[in-house]
Amino acid sequence: MFKVDTAFKWLCLGCAGIIGVLMMGFFIQLFMSSMEIWNEFGLGFIVSSEWNPVTNKYGALPSIIGTLSTTVIALIIALPLAFCAALFIVDARPQMGNILGQAVDLLAAIPSVIYGMWGLFVLAPIMQDYIQPFMVDKLRMDKLPWVSDEFNGFGILTAGLILSIMILPYICAIMRDVFQMTPAMLKESAYGAGCTRWETTKDIVLKYGIRGILGGVFVGLGRALGETMAVLFVIGNMMGMPDNIFSGATTISATLAGNFPEADGMQRSALFALGLILLAMSFAIQVFAQYYLHATSAKRGEAR
Amino acid sequence: MAIKIEARNINFFYGAHQALFDNDLQIAEKMITAVIGPSGCGKSTHLRIYNRIFELYREQRVEGELLIDGQNILSPNVDVLELRRKVGMIFQRPTPFPMSVFDNVAYPLKLHFKLSKNETAERVEQALRGASIWDEVKDKLKSSGLALSGGQQQRLCIARAIAAEPEVLLMDEPTSAIDPVATLKIEELMEELKKKFTVMIVTHNMQQAARISDFTAFFFEGKIIEFGETQQIFTNPRNPKTEEYITGRFG
Repeated sequence: MFKVDTAFKWLCLGCAGIIGVLMMGFFIQLFMSSMEIWNEFGLGFIVSSEWNPVTNKYGALPSIIGTLSTTVIALIIALPLAFCAALFIVDARPQMGNILGQAVDLLAAIPSVIYGMWGLFVLAPIMQDYIQPFMVDKLRMDKLPWVSDEFNGFGILTAGLILSIMILPYICAIMRDVFQMTPAMLKESAYGAGCTRWETTKDIVLKYGIRGILGGVFVGLGRALGETMAVLFVIGNMMGMPDNIFSGATTISATLAGNFPEADGMQRSALFALGLILLAMSFAIQVFAQYYLHATSAKRGEAR
Repeated sequence: MAIKIEARNINFFYGAHQALFDNDLQIAEKMITAVIGPSGCGKSTHLRIYNRIFELYREQRVEGELLIDGQNILSPNVDVLELRRKVGMIFQRPTPFPMSVFDNVAYPLKLHFKLSKNETAERVEQALRGASIWDEVKDKLKSSGLALSGGQQQRLCIARAIAAEPEVLLMDEPTSAIDPVATLKIEELMEELKKKFTVMIVTHNMQQAARISDFTAFFFEGKIIEFGETQQIFTNPRNPKTEEYITGRFG
């Protein structure tokens, strides 16, 4: 009996260890493969915006900006949508809620390359012909510094929009769970105190479930950061610095996917360095999320 | 003795299932009226009509009239938010909001009144004193309401309810999730509360009803079997069903 237990303990330890070793391995391997770049440019690689294989000058800034801006746009669009959808699904009549809930869940089952194709052939033309002109001509958004009046369909905004649809089901699912987890008696006491539906949601349900909701935000954030295929189709794949949300750009993952086949030497090393930056960003967000969630739970005095 | 609330011919339905049958009840102002009866007899259901909280659930429906100060609160043109300010509710388990002790009590003030910071602080203190919890929490007003003990949480909820300056307090088994010492404190508090408020309390605990209430209504299978002064109900019940219940032969 003792031997079986001991063996089982080591087996479990081994399995847990593999995860740690793999994580370390990714960092080490990416770092080793990108040594050449760090030696040549140092941290300047991160803030340089030049990407020119001919002169062998490389900088990560445009890709980083592309990644961050598409992610932010995706979250700005997806969060309120997911929030309202989740609220409605939880409060709607059961049959209707089920159907809508399943429909949202199914969005997660669509392969990302399908989103990419749809983005390329359907969304990009619509963006160019209707949405971008509407934003500029009707909403006068060209007064904002990051909106231009050149419509081209492809670019940061289109990629952000696709991403928002892709991360919507994940955020929505988590928010639904959060809303459902709120004890009925807590909601009743909010209504009992004279709250409207909106006040109950905003002040009680949201505060009660803030950890879960932030968790959902970070899941969405993580997915949007790393998503490659769908973005590759619609981002425009320009290595230069984007100057507005209509301009073609690139993201780290799109650069990686698009450039490896013909890359060697210095460029290959630069791509590995980009990979390392992406990994570090995702990792930092996860760590920050965990830390933040922990801190907020401590502040609210939860024993959990 | 004035009548504050009058229920007339109340019938209640969960979908097709009828839970209350022809309930008639008169609640005396600034008295404690206890509602007793075995599990599932409809006593909580009855209480939940008084602030129309049942309306949150689509399949629940009421018929009849419920007059508070002569006004039928079941009529569709009643302002439900104002009704719920006037009729506060305490639940079976403490339900502090996920915010600080202070904000828990200040929150209903913010909903219903426009007050300056100082006035708010004053009213919060008043309410906490009114719920006999001020001395225990005055040094931790900023800490989370969830960090208090169960009994303190329930008194915090009472403070929250009385902060809105209600006229009626509904208590749905307020001590069922709380230890005996904390229960005693809440029972003592209720003696104070009835000086200002009309109190209705649903309770499983017959000793509690006998100790604290002035009037008692005995519910059985959705009907009000007997209603009268608590003393009379517990010493000289008229209905044999009531006698069986209070002597512990069922329930």
